[in-house]
Amino acid sequence: MSLEVAVLHDFGGFRLDAAFAAPGGITALFGPSGSGKTTVINAVAGLLAPDAGRIVLDGAVLLDTTAGVRVPASRRRVGYVFQEGRLFPHLSVRQNLLFGRRFAREPAAPAEIDRVVCLLGLGPLLARRPAGLSGGEKQRVAIGRALLAGPRLLLMDEPLAALDGARKEEILPYIERLRDEVRVPILYVSHAIPEVARLADTVVALAEGRVVRSGPATAVLSDPAILPAAEEDEAGVILSARLAAQHPAEGLSELALGAARLTVPRIAAPEGARLRVRIRARDVMIALVRPEAISALNVLPATFEGVLGGDGAQVEVALVLGPGERLLARITRRSLAALALVPGKPCFALIKTVAVGHQDLGVFEERDG
Amino acid sequence: MTWLSPAEWTAVLLSLKVATWATAASLPLGVLVALALARGRFWGRELLNGLVHLPLILPPVVTGYLLLLSFGRRGPVGALLEQVGIVFAFRWTGAALACAVMAFPLMVRAIRLAIEAVDPRLEEAAGTLGAGRVWTFLLVTLPLILPGVVAGAILAFAKAMGEFGATITFVSNIPGETQTLPTAIYSLLQVPGGERGAFRLTLVSIAIAMAALLLSEAVGRRVARRIAGRG
Repeated sequence: MSLEVAVLHDFGGFRLDAAFAAPGGITALFGPSGSGKTTVINAVAGLLAPDAGRIVLDGAVLLDTTAGVRVPASRRRVGYVFQEGRLFPHLSVRQNLLFGRRFAREPAAPAEIDRVVCLLGLGPLLARRPAGLSGGEKQRVAIGRALLAGPRLLLMDEPLAALDGARKEEILPYIERLRDEVRVPILYVSHAIPEVARLADTVVALAEGRVVRSGPATAVLSDPAILPAAEEDEAGVILSARLAAQHPAEGLSELALGAARLTVPRIAAPEGARLRVRIRARDVMIALVRPEAISALNVLPATFEGVLGGDGAQVEVALVLGPGERLLARITRRSLAALALVPGKPCFALIKTVAVGHQDLGVFEERDG
Repeated sequence: MTWLSPAEWTAVLLSLKVATWATAASLPLGVLVALALARGRFWGRELLNGLVHLPLILPPVVTGYLLLLSFGRRGPVGALLEQVGIVFAFRWTGAALACAVMAFPLMVRAIRLAIEAVDPRLEEAAGTLGAGRVWTFLLVTLPLILPGVVAGAILAFAKAMGEFGATITFVSNIPGETQTLPTAIYSLLQVPGGERGAFRLTLVSIAIAMAALLLSEAVGRRVARRIAGRG
C-alpha cells in the first residue's frame, strides 16, 4: 500500500497545509484538537473538497485539483470508522455489516464474512439493532461494516475517543488484529499518545495545520517537541523489545532491550514476541551509583547524553542505554546541577515496574517488511 | 350501508377515489420537492418554497380559478394535455388535481421536517461504504423519513377528502363525476329536506377522518419502533 497526501485548505482563520506519505500498516495522524487531523482524513475519504491538493492511493488518483480530478467518496473504496460509529439505526447489526457488500467490486464471500464476524466478536450481536448496543460494541460493528465493503484503506477517526478506559482496552486488541491479521492499511487519527504508541508503525505529527514531523513511530513519538503543552506529562520514549522471560508466579514479564533487561507487569504474549514499550520521562530517575536495597526493579546502566529542553524548574534529559536505545528522563534543575551531569557521564536509570502500565505495552505480531 | 342513498354512496366512493389518487400521484413529487427544499442549495429555492405554499395561503377559490385558467380546455396546459387524451376540466381527474394542489403544502411540510431530522452524517457513512446518491437515498434516507412520508400522505389524504373551494371552482359540482363529500353536503343543504342526507354524510366524513388518523398513528408507531430497534 502506498498513500500520498497533499492538501491545502482554508477555513475561516485556519489554514491546513499538510503533505505526507503513508507506507502501510497503521499510520497515525497525531496532534492536538484543532490541528487539522480530521480535515485530512475527510479529504482522503472524499467527504471534504480541499481548496487544492493531490491524493494518490496505490497509484490511483483520488484527488488532483490541478487536473480537475475528484473521485466521489462512494467510488474511492476507502473505509471510514467514525468517532461516533454512525451505524444505521433502522438496520440490524447484520444488515449494517453487509451494507457495503452490495457495492463492493468483489463482494466478500460468506467465509470472509464469518471471519470478520469472528475476528471482531460480533456473532452474538448480529440480530440486534444499534440502539441496544454499548459504545464498544457499536465501534466493533462500525469496524466490521467498513471492512466488509472491501476497502483498500481504512480511515479511523479517534475511534476510541467516545469510550471510557475499560471500553478502550476492549477495542484496542481488535485494532491490533486488523493490523496483524487482516493487514488492511489504516490511517488512524488520534490525540492520545498511549494509543498511537501501541498501534502505529508510522506517525505523522500535526500541529496548527502543518506536519511537524513524520517517520517511524518509535522515532517520532520519542521526540518531546511533537507534544502539545497539555500533554507534556506524556513525554517519553517508545522502545522496541522482545519478550525474554515470563515470571507468572510473580505476575511479571521480562523484556530484552538490546543488552538491557526491563521487568514489567505480566503481558499475555509468547516468549520471543516483538513488543513495544513506552516509558514516560517522568517515570525515570537518575542515579550516579548503582543503588542497593531499593524497590524499583529496573536499574539500567546508561550514559548521560544531554539536556533536550524544559522550562522552569524541570528539564528533560536524554540517556543512552545502548546503540540506538535512548531513554528520556524528567528531572529538576536542582538534581541536574547536584549530579553534575555532563554528556558522556555514566549513570543508572531507575524505572519502577508499576510505572509501566498495560496501556504502555503493545504486542506486534511478526510481519514481513 | 343501506341507510345511504345511491347518490350519497356515489359521492362517498368518488371522494375516496379522488383523495387516493390525489395523494398517491403527488407523493413522489412531494418527496422530491421536500428533498430539494431541505437539502438543495440552488437559485430559486425560496421561490419554489413560496410556490408550494401558495395554495395554503391563497383563497381556495383563487387556486381553483387559476387551475381553471391553466388546466381548462382553453388553458395553455389543458389544451396541450387534451391532445394526448388527458382532460381535467369537469372530470373527476380535475377534482383529484385540485385536491392534490391544495394538499401539497401540507404533505411537503411533513416530509421536509422528517428529512431535516435525518443526520446527514449517516448519509456520508453510506457514501464511504460505496453507496452512490440514489442508493443512499433508497437505503438510508427513505427508510429514516418513512414516518414523515406516511404522516404527510395521511395529512394530504384528509385534506383531499375535505377540499371544497378549489374543487367546486375548477370542476364544478356534477353528481357522479365531480361531486365529492363536501360538495354533496353543500348541495344537500341547498334543497329543502336535505338535512338528513347532509347529516348522514357528515357522519361518514367523521368516520373516515378518524380512521385515517388512527391508521397514521398506528403506522407511525410501528415505523418508529422499527427504527428505535425494538421491533
